[in-house]
Amino acid sequence: MNSFATLLMRDLRLAARSGGGAALALSFFALVATLVPLGVGADLKLLARVAGGVLWVAAVLSALLSLDRLFQGDYEDGSLEVIALSPLALEAVALAKILAHWLSTGLPLTLLSPLLALLFNLDVAPSLTLFLSLLIGTPAVSAVGAIGASLTLSLKRGGLILPLIILPLLAPVVIFGAGAVALVLDGMDGIGALALLAAFSFGAVLLSPFAAAASVRLNLGG
Amino acid sequence: MILSLTAERLACTRGDRKLFDGLSFRVSAGQALAVEGANGAGKTSLLRMIAGFLVPAAGRLVLKSAQTEITDAEERGKSIGWLGHHDGLKPQLTVREQLDFFARLYRDPLRPSLAQAPATGTSPASASRAGGADLISVLERVGLARQAELPCRYLSAGQRRRLALARLLVSERPLWLLDEPFAALDVAGQALIAQLMVRHCGHGGIIIAATHDPLGLGNESLKL
Repeated sequence: MNSFATLLMRDLRLAARSGGGAALALSFFALVATLVPLGVGADLKLLARVAGGVLWVAAVLSALLSLDRLFQGDYEDGSLEVIALSPLALEAVALAKILAHWLSTGLPLTLLSPLLALLFNLDVAPSLTLFLSLLIGTPAVSAVGAIGASLTLSLKRGGLILPLIILPLLAPVVIFGAGAVALVLDGMDGIGALALLAAFSFGAVLLSPFAAAASVRLNLGG
Repeated sequence: MILSLTAERLACTRGDRKLFDGLSFRVSAGQALAVEGANGAGKTSLLRMIAGFLVPAAGRLVLKSAQTEITDAEERGKSIGWLGHHDGLKPQLTVREQLDFFARLYRDPLRPSLAQAPATGTSPASASRAGGADLISVLERVGLARQAELPCRYLSAGQRRRLALARLLVSERPLWLLDEPFAALDVAGQALIAQLMVRHCGHGGIIIAATHDPLGLGNESLKL
């Protein structure tokens, strides 16, 4: 197993053991998705119409819960210095952490989404579109989140500032993700929106490790 | 194999404050350097500068190996074993998992010449490459073999320091940077680290330690 896989496995193990990973994000996602139909009422048409937007916003907020600890835990206990001196470049470290975050939050959220779509009276086609949009778009949430997490890693209450930094940057993800579902509901093709989402996601995953690594370097020197 | 580390007129500023200026020294293979000074004199900053975390305000650091001269901070970092203020341990992982993680993370198949400590064949650290059973032998050396399956959250401060020392051994780096290495250690622990330092220098390694206590290595010292 190489250094990258070693770091990835450790982060997944930590996420599973600390209780702040998949279980927490999934519970939060499921609870929000359950509360909305209770608040909106039993208008099935209306529920289906808002499903894409509500579930996407809930998914982004659930992923946010554990994002602030992405680098901060390692920074505070000194692990980050040891990891920074390893043969692994900091860019690869950031990518491993993004991947670990996605595997422990984004992917489980995506897998749960078809079940929650039932609560919103979504048909098979829009439900499948929602699933695909989450599958394509949640990596971007982890990637853009990593930039915010690296900027705030030395702040004691960085978790409060983090959403202010990254939520505006995630607007395109929510627009295209929920937009694809809305298009399918209107009987149109969601492929265009999904393609734009994929392009954004690809760019974010490709570029954010560099931004995050630069920010980690700055913080280690501070 | 690392031959020497040379600092040329290093300067360090933190905010508006100048910590040190025109600092020059040279440490050769097999030697140790104790960095001494009052609290806030810049001992930790100097170590962080050598590790490449801090950029010098002026001057440069040159790491000489048999093949080449390294001035790039990131490249220099690949030769460094780090023992900082914090032990770098995760409370959720067991002692063995923690050490296994470091051993695997620091394994670098692409860079055998610089990443390996001198005389690895006889070093206890090289044992860690072979597998889990040999991690235990490293843990035995630092007196933590019985705690191998214990989560790190149950370790005392001294035991955490010992595990950080074990990490230093499995990292197999020739240049050790130690920040207050004796902190939290009992008498036996201090004797252990002294013995490990003698051994490291004996194998041609370099040690730079920020400390208030004498290293007891017949080393040079640098006053900040």
